Amino acid sequence: MSAVVDSHGHEHHHDHHGGYGGIMRWITTTNHKDIGTLYLWFSFIMFMVGGAMAMVIRLELFEPGLQWVNPDFFNQMTTMHGLIMVFGAIMPAFVGFANWLIPMQIGAPDMAFARMNNWSFWILPFAASLLVISFFVPGGAPGVGWTLYAPLTVQMGVGMDLTIFAVHLLGMSSIMGSINIITTILNLRAPGMTLMRMPLFCWTWLITAYLLVAAMPVLAGAVTMTLTDRHFGTSFFNAAGGGDPVLYQHIFWFFGHPEVYIIALPAFGVISQVIPAFSRKPLFGYASMVYATSAIAILSFIVWAHHMYTVGMPVTGQLFFMYATTLIAVPTGVKVFNWVATMWKGALSFETPMLFAIGFLFLFTLGGMTGLVLSLAAVDIQLHDTYYVVAHFHYVMAIGAVFAGFAGIYFWLPKWTGRMYDETLGKWHFWLSTIFINLTFFVQHFSGLAGMPRRVPDYPLMFETWNKLSSIGAFGFGLSQLLFLYIVLKALKRGEKAKDKQWEGADSLEWTHLPTPVPYHTFETQPVLK
Amino acid sequence: MASNWVRNLAVSAAGAAGLAAAGSALAVPWNLQAPVTRIAADIHGLHEYVMILVTLIFIGVFGAMFYSVYAHRKDKGHKAAQFHESTTVEVLWTVIPLVILVVIAWPATKVVIAQKDTSQADLTIKVTGYQWKWGYDYVKGEGEGIRFFSTLTTPRDQIEGRAKKGANYLLEVDNELVVPVNKKVRILATGADVIHAWWVPAFGAKQDAIPGFIRDIHFKAEKTGTFRGQCTELCGKDHGYMPIVVRVVSQDEYTKWVGEHKDKKAAATEDPGKIVAAAESARK
Repeated sequence: MSAVVDSHGHEHHHDHHGGYGGIMRWITTTNHKDIGTLYLWFSFIMFMVGGAMAMVIRLELFEPGLQWVNPDFFNQMTTMHGLIMVFGAIMPAFVGFANWLIPMQIGAPDMAFARMNNWSFWILPFAASLLVISFFVPGGAPGVGWTLYAPLTVQMGVGMDLTIFAVHLLGMSSIMGSINIITTILNLRAPGMTLMRMPLFCWTWLITAYLLVAAMPVLAGAVTMTLTDRHFGTSFFNAAGGGDPVLYQHIFWFFGHPEVYIIALPAFGVISQVIPAFSRKPLFGYASMVYATSAIAILSFIVWAHHMYTVGMPVTGQLFFMYATTLIAVPTGVKVFNWVATMWKGALSFETPMLFAIGFLFLFTLGGMTGLVLSLAAVDIQLHDTYYVVAHFHYVMAIGAVFAGFAGIYFWLPKWTGRMYDETLGKWHFWLSTIFINLTFFVQHFSGLAGMPRRVPDYPLMFETWNKLSSIGAFGFGLSQLLFLYIVLKALKRGEKAKDKQWEGADSLEWTHLPTPVPYHTFETQPVLK
Repeated sequence: MASNWVRNLAVSAAGAAGLAAAGSALAVPWNLQAPVTRIAADIHGLHEYVMILVTLIFIGVFGAMFYSVYAHRKDKGHKAAQFHESTTVEVLWTVIPLVILVVIAWPATKVVIAQKDTSQADLTIKVTGYQWKWGYDYVKGEGEGIRFFSTLTTPRDQIEGRAKKGANYLLEVDNELVVPVNKKVRILATGADVIHAWWVPAFGAKQDAIPGFIRDIHFKAEKTGTFRGQCTELCGKDHGYMPIVVRVVSQDEYTKWVGEHKDKKAAATEDPGKIVAAAESARK
């Protein structure tokens, strides 16, 4: 790739913020960079809101007995913590990365549907408001768990309906965002940017977008059936009317398992950009990475009932879902091996993005290993709905996806803003986060094995030690994220000027073809890649 | 010199022993509860087997990664190689994990089949989850017709911190489920309102209790004693306050216990035969 710098937009970028200034710039913007920024800030705010709820949960669980909240409110906290973190924090964060990076990485001037892009973002604050308002209606927010299992949902107050509408809105936003990403990648690539030359981040998002288009309508269907069961006399999930409560779980997890990969695949994409850059070596096994990502996506649609081993499926059902689930270890293993092989014999350096990427690799794989343990139906019978499961999915999501997000922010912040973050503070953020998050979740494997059920506000005395440690870790991790906010604000305000190619080993178009900070409009003339 | 070395070693050995003693004195449970049934023992064994395998794989993969982190550093002047694919290696690390999965799935399959075999039970008990207590109906076998509710007895004062918490805090009930030792017990689980889950960790038996449906599991306790578990499906406000307590007794004690419950048998209004028949047809 040539190092030609597209300076066209740079000269004019100060007067190219559209027709409005101030707040109206952000409300009316159709610029993929502005919208990416909006997504990222929104996601960070939601991360703080969902995190505050986690603090309430860990505060109540610090010791046995009821000290701070009543069981009803505790259930509302676990429910909203899950929904807000999944739909408000993690997913929008990666859509933010997609908005910022996909057009620049494939040499496109913007997303394909710029106005729809604005709309997909601006739905989100309304959805989030519905979730928050649900706390203030009679009965409060639903206390049913983020999985919204029927028939418990029928017993909830108006907050349940608000949550259902919020899920509808979030689904619409995701589907519109996905259509935009698919269309952009398939149609707006620069001449010479073939699919198999795209940075892996674009590949993982292309596949994720297909997962979203396939899975989100299924969730919308499930919650709509819940809505009509609640208010219009239907009996989809009510045995007395000919329905089946387990049907809800089948539909939910048909969405829910692909959702796991909707969160994980873009994280894989970020890691696949960061590790080669700091290894100064091309990604190992690019083609097999693409095939492995596709294989994971396809498998994700035939493993859903491994979340339901205890509902009493026939033995053939247990075995089918067990075998299909263990198979996912193969393509996931390929990805992990490829990342390690990328580092092998590289010239490694350990700036903050690389630290988070290595942290991701190590801890995500740890979560993958406990996933293999849980995939075995026989063992899962013992561990289902215990803290072992909580530990497992926080290792892949709260550590896996979140660490990939941090890696991405530290990696691209200099490019986006033209300002470097404070490397020393970045490293502090990494080490504090790593130590505290492991203190939080590693011990939960033990309380889970010993038999502590999840979603309880109070517990038998034998689990006290683990819960104390876990709570201390959680408070520490929560506080460490304030440091992250400080690092970002400090970089924005008075960070050192970043170089055009801040990272020696970075090789995608945003680094090789664009100045730092990237101009407001880029690639108005598409680059031609040889 | 040599004696110094020996003394140091002795001191550190004593220190390590002291730490280990302190660890066991804390007695913090960190593993699966001691198994009381064959199935629970199998789950235990399977879990340990898989943990050993994945730990070895983990050490292998991250041994390589940390070696790379140690040896292939730019600040040590290591120059980056430029290789980026190898069909042989990539095929190998696709096929070897597949083989490992078969090695794991084989014993797991045997346990799954054993878990699902609820045939030829000596005693059949219907378990109903209510918000927030358990109902037990002895529907077939010795004690047929006995039925009672089982509710948490931990006083409110202990929960709210006005009294010292007892040893079985949140794991104590008014009426324990009583079953004979070494007899295969089939549990028919159902829910009255929302989904609950009946679980006794020491038995390796967990089953969702789903309203409108009956699903079965089984256990055969090989030791007498009292075994405790909790509801494991979020069922509303007091989900954390509906424990399961099972007392496994000798055959003689069981017969005696059944005798004491004869009066209550007459109070049973439901025809237990029907429930068994419904469950049998659901299984087909």
